This record gives sequence, C-alpha cells and structure tokens, in this order.
Amino acid sequence: MQLSVWTYEGPPHVGAMRVATAMKGLHYVLHAPQGDTYADLLFTMIERRNHRPPVTYTTFEARDLGKDTAQLFQDAAMDAIERFKPEAIIVGASCTAELIQDDPGGLIEAMDLPCPAIPLELPSYQRKENWGAAETFYQIVRHLADPSVTPEPREGRRPRANILGPTALGFRHRDDLIEVRKILEQLDVEVNLVAPLNARPSDIARIGNADFNIVLYPEIADEAARWLERTFKQPRVRSIPFGVISTRAFISEVAELVGADPTPALGDTSSRLPWWSRSVDSTYLTGKRVFIFGDATHAVAAARIARDELGFEVCGLGCYNREFARDVREAAKDHGIEPLITDDHLEVEDAIARAAPEMVLGTQMERHIAKRLCIPCAVISAPVHVQDFPARHSPQMGFEGANVIFDTWVHPLVMGLEEHLLTMFREDFEFSDEAGASHHAAHSPGTAQKTPVFKEEVIPEPEVTELDSPAWTSEASRELKKIPFFVRGKAKRNTEAFAAEFGRGEIDLDTLYDAKAHYAR
Amino acid sequence: MNVATTPPVVLAGCDAPKAEASSRPVLRERGQREVFCGLTGIVWLHRKMQDAFFLVVGSRTCAHLLQSAAGVMIFAEPRFATAIMEERDLAGMVDAQDELDRVVRRLLDRRPDIKTLFLVGSCPSEVIKLDLAKTAERLGAAYMPRVRILNYSGSGIETTFTQGEDACLAALVPEMPAQEPTAPKQLLMVGALPDIVEDQFLRLFAQLGIEHVGVLPARNARDLPPVGANTRYVLAQPFLSETAMRLEDRGAKRIEALFPFGVDGTSDWLRAIGREFAVDEAHVESVLAPGRERAARAIEHSRAALEGKRISFLPDSQLEVPLARFLHTELGMEPVEVGAPYLHRSHCAGDLALLPESTRISEGQHVDSQLDRVREDKPDLTVCGLGLANPLEAEGFTTKWAIELVFSPIHGFDSAGDLAELFARPMRRRDRLEV
Repeated sequence: MQLSVWTYEGPPHVGAMRVATAMKGLHYVLHAPQGDTYADLLFTMIERRNHRPPVTYTTFEARDLGKDTAQLFQDAAMDAIERFKPEAIIVGASCTAELIQDDPGGLIEAMDLPCPAIPLELPSYQRKENWGAAETFYQIVRHLADPSVTPEPREGRRPRANILGPTALGFRHRDDLIEVRKILEQLDVEVNLVAPLNARPSDIARIGNADFNIVLYPEIADEAARWLERTFKQPRVRSIPFGVISTRAFISEVAELVGADPTPALGDTSSRLPWWSRSVDSTYLTGKRVFIFGDATHAVAAARIARDELGFEVCGLGCYNREFARDVREAAKDHGIEPLITDDHLEVEDAIARAAPEMVLGTQMERHIAKRLCIPCAVISAPVHVQDFPARHSPQMGFEGANVIFDTWVHPLVMGLEEHLLTMFREDFEFSDEAGASHHAAHSPGTAQKTPVFKEEVIPEPEVTELDSPAWTSEASRELKKIPFFVRGKAKRNTEAFAAEFGRGEIDLDTLYDAKAHYAR
Repeated sequence: MNVATTPPVVLAGCDAPKAEASSRPVLRERGQREVFCGLTGIVWLHRKMQDAFFLVVGSRTCAHLLQSAAGVMIFAEPRFATAIMEERDLAGMVDAQDELDRVVRRLLDRRPDIKTLFLVGSCPSEVIKLDLAKTAERLGAAYMPRVRILNYSGSGIETTFTQGEDACLAALVPEMPAQEPTAPKQLLMVGALPDIVEDQFLRLFAQLGIEHVGVLPARNARDLPPVGANTRYVLAQPFLSETAMRLEDRGAKRIEALFPFGVDGTSDWLRAIGREFAVDEAHVESVLAPGRERAARAIEHSRAALEGKRISFLPDSQLEVPLARFLHTELGMEPVEVGAPYLHRSHCAGDLALLPESTRISEGQHVDSQLDRVREDKPDLTVCGLGLANPLEAEGFTTKWAIELVFSPIHGFDSAGDLAELFARPMRRRDRLEV
C-alpha cells in the first residue's frame, strides 16, 4: 500500500476517458460502481467541455454483487449503443470492476453488436493515467486501422502526415496542434489525420494513408506510433517542436523526410525568443537556477530550453511517469545533475527545498510547493488545472510556443533593475522580505507564510542548515539577512559548502565574503 | 414585503400528513448515476472535526476522486489521505492487515496531532472484503488512549455522496458517552454544519432557554456529547438515516420538523424544539421574531428573479426535497421534478407534504432518461452536479451547481438570503450577459 495525499496521475481508465472524450463517434462502456462518474467533471469543469464525456458507467451497487453484474454490463452496453449510435465502442473496467472479474471484453464478444467493440485491459493496481491513455489509443489504432489502406506513390501529390497524441485534458494540446499545423502548411505537407483529438473511428481506419507520423506527446502516442512504424512502415519524426532549437530541428527533419525546402518555415518572422533572450535586459537571467519537474517529455524539453535558450542553470530535473524515466535520466546526465523520478509530491517538495532554486518549472503541484517556499514558478506540464485552459491562444510548441514560454517563465521573476535596487537598498522598509517582489503580490513571502493551514507541517525553509555545516556567528547571520530573499538561499548554501570544504570552524563575516569571492562568476 | 404582510403559512411541521406524503407516487429509477460516492464527504468532514484524520483504504481512483471532487486541490496538507492498494496487496504477496499497520504507524508518527483516525472503506476494499472493523479494533487497542480508531464505509457501492457523512456520524454514535438515566433532558443537534451556522443555532437554543445542548459531530471528535433516553435529537441535515437509527438504538428520540431552511423551515424547526422542551410559545416567538424578520427581508432580494420560475433538481445531496420546499413555499418557485438519490420519507415528510401535487418526485437515477425529461420539461433552472452543468448550459439551460449547496452556509435565518441568492444568481447572470 502506498500512502498518498495528492497524485500526479489518475487511474488508467481516466487515461482511456481522455482518449474517448477527445474523439468523436466513439463511446466508452465502463464497468464501474456509482461514484466513478466523478471523472466527468474533469472534462466539463477543468476543460470546460460543453458535452458530457461519451462514457456509460454500469453503476453497480453492493446488492448487485451477489447477482448478475455481467448482465448489468451487457444491458448498459446495449443501451449505450442504441442511444448514442457510436461508430465503435471501447469497453473496460475501473478498479472495482477489475476485482469482480466480469471480463467486459469477453462479455462484449458474446454480444451481437452493430459496431466494432474494442476491449481494454487496464490494470488499475499497477498502472496509471498516461499509460492508460497510451494503451487505449494503441488498441483503438490496432483494431480500427485498415491494413489495406496505404499511400499511393508520392509522384504528383503532397506528402501526408498523421499528427498523433493530442487528447482531452492535455496541457495546451489544443494550441500546440494549431502551431504544428502551421509548420506543416509552410512545408506543404498535408495532414492525413489528427488523433485522438477530434478523430472518428472511421478516420482511424485510414491512418495507413499517411507517409509518416508526427508524435507530439510520446506519453500518449508512442506505443501506437511504434506499431504503425512496424505495420505500415510509416517513419516517425523524432523531434518535438518545444522551443526554438527543437522547432528548427523539427522543421529540418520533416523537410528532409518529404524533400521540401525548410527555408520559409525556418525564417518565420514571428519567432521572437532569440532576440528577446539576447536583448541586454535579459542579462540578469544568466545562470538563474531552475528546478524542473513534470511529465518526462515536457520536463526534458523545459530543461533544454531553460539552459540553451534562456541561459538558466538547471539545478533539478525530474518526472512522475516512470515509463519515460530513461529520457529524464539521460537529460539529467547531460545537465550534470541527479534525476528525480518519483510520484510522491512530498519527495519533490523536499528536493525543491534542498535545491533552493530561484525558480520552479513544474506542474500545479509544484506551483503550490513553490508558493509555500516563496519561489517564483511557472507551470509546464499536466496534471492540469482550470488555469491551464486559457481563453487565449497559448501554445508551447513552435516559434509562437517559444514566445509564450519566454513570457511565462520570465514574468514571475524579479526583474533586472528591481533586483539591483533590492540588493542596494535592502533595508528600505518597502523592500522587506514580507513585501516580496512588487509584481507578484500573490507570491510574496508574507502572503504565503500567513497561510495557517500547514502550520503543523514542517516545511523546510529554503535556508535549512545542513546538520554537518558550521555554525553562523550572529554578525554573519545578520549580514546574510541583508541579501535579498530570492538569492539568500543560494548564498547560504554556497557559504556553508565553502566553509565545510575549507574547514572553517564557524561562519563569520570573513567566511561569508570569502565564499562570495570563491563563487564569484 | 416585511413580516407583517407575509401571508401566514400554515405549516404541517410535525403534524405533517404522513399518510398523504408516503402515498405520493415516486418515480424510482435504476441506471447510470451522476453522483459522487460517500468518500466525498471527507472533503468537508476533515475540516469540521479538527482533531480527526480520514484514511481511505482504496485505489488510485479514490485518491483521484478526493483531489478532484473539491473542484480545486486543497494544497494545504489535508487531514485525509489514501492508502492506495497495489497489485501485491491484492495478489496476497503481502498481508493487507500488516500493510495497513505500517501505513497507520507512519501516518500517526508524522501527525501527532491526530486524536481520532477514521479508516474509511472504499469500493475495492469492500469487494475484497478487507475487514476494516477488525483493523480498527486491533489498531485502536494499540493506540488508545492517544488515538481512537474508528471505521466506516464511504464506498460507492454502498453510499451516495452525503451518505458518507451519515456513515461517519453513525460510526461516532457508539462512542458517545452514556447519559445518566437521571440526567436532565438534552437537545442533540445532528449534522455537520459550517461553524458559523452552528454558533447561530447554539445562540438561539440558549435564548430559548435550553440548557443542555450537544452537537454531533463536535468540532473535536474527542468531545462527543452524551446520549441516552433523555436525549431529544433534531436533524439539521436530511441525509442522516443511519445515524438517526443508531441514536434511537441508544434511546434518543427525534424531534420532527421541517428542515431549517428559509424563514418557514427554520421557524418550524425551532418551534418544534421549543415545544419539545416546553418553552413558552410567546417566548419562542419573541426569540424567533428578529431572525424571521431579517431572513424575510434577505430573501426578498431574490424574489423577482425566482418567483413563478420552474425548477428541476437532479439527484445529488438529498437536500433536494427541503430546498424545493423552501423555494416553493417561500419564493413562489414551481418545482417540476425533484430528484433525490435516496428519499427518506419519514425524515422529509413535512417538506414533502408542502410540495405541489404536480411536482414529480424521483428517487435514484437513470441519467440519460432524466436528461430527456429535463429537455422535455424545459425548467427555468436546473440544479445538478458538476459533470452535467456545463453540458446543460451548452444546450441552453440555466443551471445551478448542486455541490455549492453542500459547501456553503445555507441553514437558518441568517443564511436564508444567501441560500436564495445561490439560486437567483445564475438566473440574473443569464439575463445580464450579452455575449
């Protein structure tokens, strides 16, 4: 048993719901007890969808258990087909139904249905949401792809691509898709199919008609894309266009694959990140220490953008989905840090507190952790929150996505000259730590620390003293307090590391300034 | 309109025509239910009982429900958690009881402030027949007196939404100390209320001159009031059937009344209490008068938006019948369908009797059929769960999220205006928006 307060991922059948809800003309018959319908509100409230998810729950009760829950399932399936007339259905069990072993797949096979029925085996006690989405999408593709549909010879037609991965409840999937379509248009590539988002089962049947696949979110579409690669010999674009560098790589890769000229797409004049980042006012971003946590794909991409496009230093990198931990381990190695692979948010909180970063790039969980620790934060990954569905166009992919990322990551930080003023006039009463940075009142330390609700919980301050580090003299402690809050954690850590390394018995003013000189850059 | 001109409402109250109410036709349905399971009650119960912790023994789905159900994630370390069962727990590779011991030990070590721990059963724990009562007994023996360990089921196969609170309070009843046989008559108010509302009622009881008053649940789960033959209990919530039965088993007797919503409901509820405790009628009226006057004035603001409008309730919290009664008798709304997940005929008899003949009462749910009826009935306002509200809005229906009725102070005189406003706001918003 795992003791859990908050989870990064729901159960695997919620992943299946994300696929089903993204699609049209598909219905999900879910063997589940009353209460599992809570998942509907994720879609209608968080994503503000204007339709109920296409899911029929069998809703069995305790008194049904001794009787015929299997019949209940078959009746619900029949009713759903009559009422919604789907082109295909997927069937499966939620965690409780898995235990009563009614075998929805077997039951549906025994029924004479007017549409294809795809059984799902989603082990609720081993797997989680992303895996459930990937498995569901893979099964749908496997069952519905028509093997006889393959592209005709390339001569005299535009090349065709499938865009795979966008689902319901995805982090900015809606907007990423628009950007990727724009790039493909510039390269004169036709979109054969986008799936699962807005695809119908009958569209999936002609998935083989594309020359190649673009996988936007490997967490969801990797498995299906591998199968398509094997079955239809459809090559797959490896680059994912997060950030300027990867967008360029993506454009070049697609152009090479289809024999197109990448120049017009590469010359997109709306790409502002490179100049915004080179502009002198951005100098203060240099070496800002950022802690990054999210799903593997978004986290790895964020680390690359942070270092190579904004000039940050990545001081922590991790993901919650073990299935893709290898990517994060490789990336962490590249950044010279230890990867953090965990789905325990308390562990993430500890790691952030220890790293004392100047900024956190994470999920909604890390946003709350950062708020508590008074560290600026931007959200880069699911699990999603209603705020992650802005009314405006707000992609993460393509050149426009890079523009959005620049703004989103830079705005929470204390800006260049304000940072200097804070350093120079540290004692000004309006610059007190309680006031925080002028532009993010909600994140100011004063507000965060007043939250009474976690008083019983020991949240390590960013300034936590290592047990084996030497003691601070009161004079040095006072001096340390004159350093602005957003760099004080780093100064303290550096000084203590310096003192330990050079065997200083206590930290006095000299040690503090020796350390400053030592770490000067 | 003020009190003087309010037409006197003849209230059935405890004299409700029960035969009539119980013979009223009820549409019983079976099918997909768009309601939460009983675990959801933890979202408010863990804030109500400040020394209690709720440990759900369940699956990842349970944990996900709890963090999603509140609509927002409450990121303050909450006083609830889920012990998520994994493959090895089910495959018998580890002993589930040993695992629970380990999880509980870890939890109690980390949270020395916990005085009562509820082990909450879920669908999966019920299906694998994990005996949480046994666990609670064994662990209780080990941790008493520091921590009392209780158990109840909030599973979806057994409980619907607010029935989780019922199951939790029912689990507390056996722990209540026995009232001395010679003890003076005591009033017990039953049902979790927002602290501010609870205080308002306690002030009114004091003004009525009732000296011995207990509240279940108490703000500290360890301060349980006594119960016995001299206890008269009054329900503040309509969904506490199991708790009521357990209280009766211990000798307590129920005070029958309307539920305390609006001017009339709150008056009837307090008058019934006054009668039971032989408070002079004139004194009761003098205590009620200021609250009645304020409440009447407060709900008046919403009358224009609500009067003559048709309303349908989809099943959610079991508050549907008393709330429909309030909107009908006090604000002139016309209830078209009043659906409840479960209808407690005797607890709701008074409120039920005041609904018009034409109102369709339904119990249970077949969500698709019910939505078909909504489309046919075309009510002006539909009260429903979060999963249905936006889809209905998109079809052109004005909706009210039922969950807000569980999460807001709506009981008593001084919340009556807010309660009316909760229904009026979506109507006014619809009129106001030009986009």
